[in-house]
Amino acid sequence: MVDFWISILEQGLIFGVMVLGVYITYKILDFPDLSVDGSFPLGAAITAQSLSLGINPFIALFLSFLVGMVSGAITGFLHVKYKITNLLSGILVMIGLYSVNLRIMGKANMPLFNKTTIFSNNIKPIFIIVIITFIMKLLLDLFLKTKFGFLVKATGDNPKLVTSLGINIGITKIAALMISNGLVALSGSMMAQYQRFSDVGMGRGIIVMGLASIIFGQSIFKGTSFILPTTMALFGSLLYKTSTAFALKLGFPPTDLKLITSVIVIIALAINNKKFSFKGKKLFNIGGGRRVRNSESV
Amino acid sequence: MLEIQNLSKTFNKSTVNEKKVFKGFSLDVKKGDFITIIGSNGAGKSSLLNIISGSIKEDQGYLKLNDKTINKLPEYKRTKHISRVFQDPSLGTSPSMTILENLSMAYNKGKKFGLTMGVSKKNKEYFIKILSKLSLGLEGQLNTKVGLLSGGQRQALSLIMATMSNPELLLLDEHTAALDPKTSKIIVDLTKSIVKEKKITTLMVTHNLNQAINVGNRILMFHQGEIVIDIKGKEKKSLNIDKLMDYFEKIQSKDLLSDRLLFQ
Ligand SMILES: Nc1ncnc2c1ncn2[C@@H]1O[C@H](COP(=O)(O)OP(=O)(O)OP(=O)(O)O)[C@@H](O)[C@H]1O
Ligand SMILES: [Mg+2]
Repeated sequence: MVDFWISILEQGLIFGVMVLGVYITYKILDFPDLSVDGSFPLGAAITAQSLSLGINPFIALFLSFLVGMVSGAITGFLHVKYKITNLLSGILVMIGLYSVNLRIMGKANMPLFNKTTIFSNNIKPIFIIVIITFIMKLLLDLFLKTKFGFLVKATGDNPKLVTSLGINIGITKIAALMISNGLVALSGSMMAQYQRFSDVGMGRGIIVMGLASIIFGQSIFKGTSFILPTTMALFGSLLYKTSTAFALKLGFPPTDLKLITSVIVIIALAINNKKFSFKGKKLFNIGGGRRVRNSESV
Repeated sequence: MLEIQNLSKTFNKSTVNEKKVFKGFSLDVKKGDFITIIGSNGAGKSSLLNIISGSIKEDQGYLKLNDKTINKLPEYKRTKHISRVFQDPSLGTSPSMTILENLSMAYNKGKKFGLTMGVSKKNKEYFIKILSKLSLGLEGQLNTKVGLLSGGQRQALSLIMATMSNPELLLLDEHTAALDPKTSKIIVDLTKSIVKEKKITTLMVTHNLNQAINVGNRILMFHQGEIVIDIKGKEKKSLNIDKLMDYFEKIQSKDLLSDRLLFQ
């Protein structure tokens, strides 16, 4: 039973790093970035290939983060430069990454059983995971308190304000997508090292898991204003992992988990949208002062 | 200060929805002018401000700010010189951030937005001083999220943020239209005092004729993308609603009065 809980904690915190990334795009930037379904296995693929080349596993983490950032930059570039909608930009990158990931690994999956990973030492995996996850969370919290972090928050809130401050919102969007996808790829790297293999399909549904976790996190801390949203995201991830673990215990086959996750997200969104209208879609349109949109066509 | 020459703009060109807004429009704004702009719905007032600020691209014509052509400057670069306040109070601030965070961003305009802390303690007193002058009770709520403030409080904050970095040109598009008459007056008075104190050249669109007559040193009336009335200086000072009506009547043939105009 203790093992059961520890493994939930371990997996929940590894996914938590991904949830932090999804939180940046979905919640802060108001940019539903589907490319994370590709950048998660991208991190895993980079890691698998690095480890089999004998590269230090911590450097593999770092490489995954960097390559994830590149992927986020591409999604942002498509959206900002070519005015492709945020959804489609993400989908295009996600699809493209499938082939890229296959190329990186050379095959659909790579076992890492006899490779040196970040867990190949005497320290319990849970400690390593806790340390990495908390460092990422603290760095993100710090970032969001900086001047540039303020701009990222304001970009999701009111892009006009950012423009009026003399800042190109394209830059803040791309930067936020880079950080987000870097975190997601890092999470993918940790997962590959944890389960000791990388599979090209391991990213399927990551975005929905991320959303489910964010929604879980928000609902447990409803009404409290002193808990940081990043903390909520991590707790949400743990809660999500717990609930899926129990679903498995109840006898659902693992193949049903994605359906269960989708249904959870649908229910949560349905309840949420009934209560208050969606962020960003304000129903304002009085007389003049029309808002000019130039980035919302496909 | 601001020169607009031979401006043309057509929306949805060569479609059934084609809408010619400007055809050879020109306007010369002097430094220190405070111009009020009135006119019927669809006359092109907002379009003009959008073109000046760069959020809409003109088809033809020159835009010059302090003798420099700004046609090619993207919107985010023009904001170095030009600030705006919109009708919708939520467009001037970041609602999920606190008053302190919003003011800190505005304070940093023109400087580097790097990885140093966004809020600096030493500016707090300065912000409190500015907010106290408003007598809206904002000075005690620095850590309140702006989304929780009333429309009038937000609009006051928008105005302060827009003018904090001393812009050369201020564009106001019906910035009091969403407010009740009392709050609207507070915001107009605040506008007048800031513009006077900082000597900002200002264009203010309004549907409130009294406001348009009592504020500023020049009044323009737009109709179908043209300036049909342009009164400044002494004549503007002695202007009242009756006189303005006389002007209307002279150009009645263009059926100006059929549209929404608010008399208060
Ligand atoms: N982005 C746009 N796309 C298409 N047509 C537009 C756009 N912006 C303005 N128009 C059209 O241009 C004309 C002028 O609009 P504008 O908003 O400038 O008028 P206005 O004088 O500000 O009116 P109001 O008093 O209602 O604010 C209108 O017919 C409007 O429908
Ligand atoms: Mg208008």
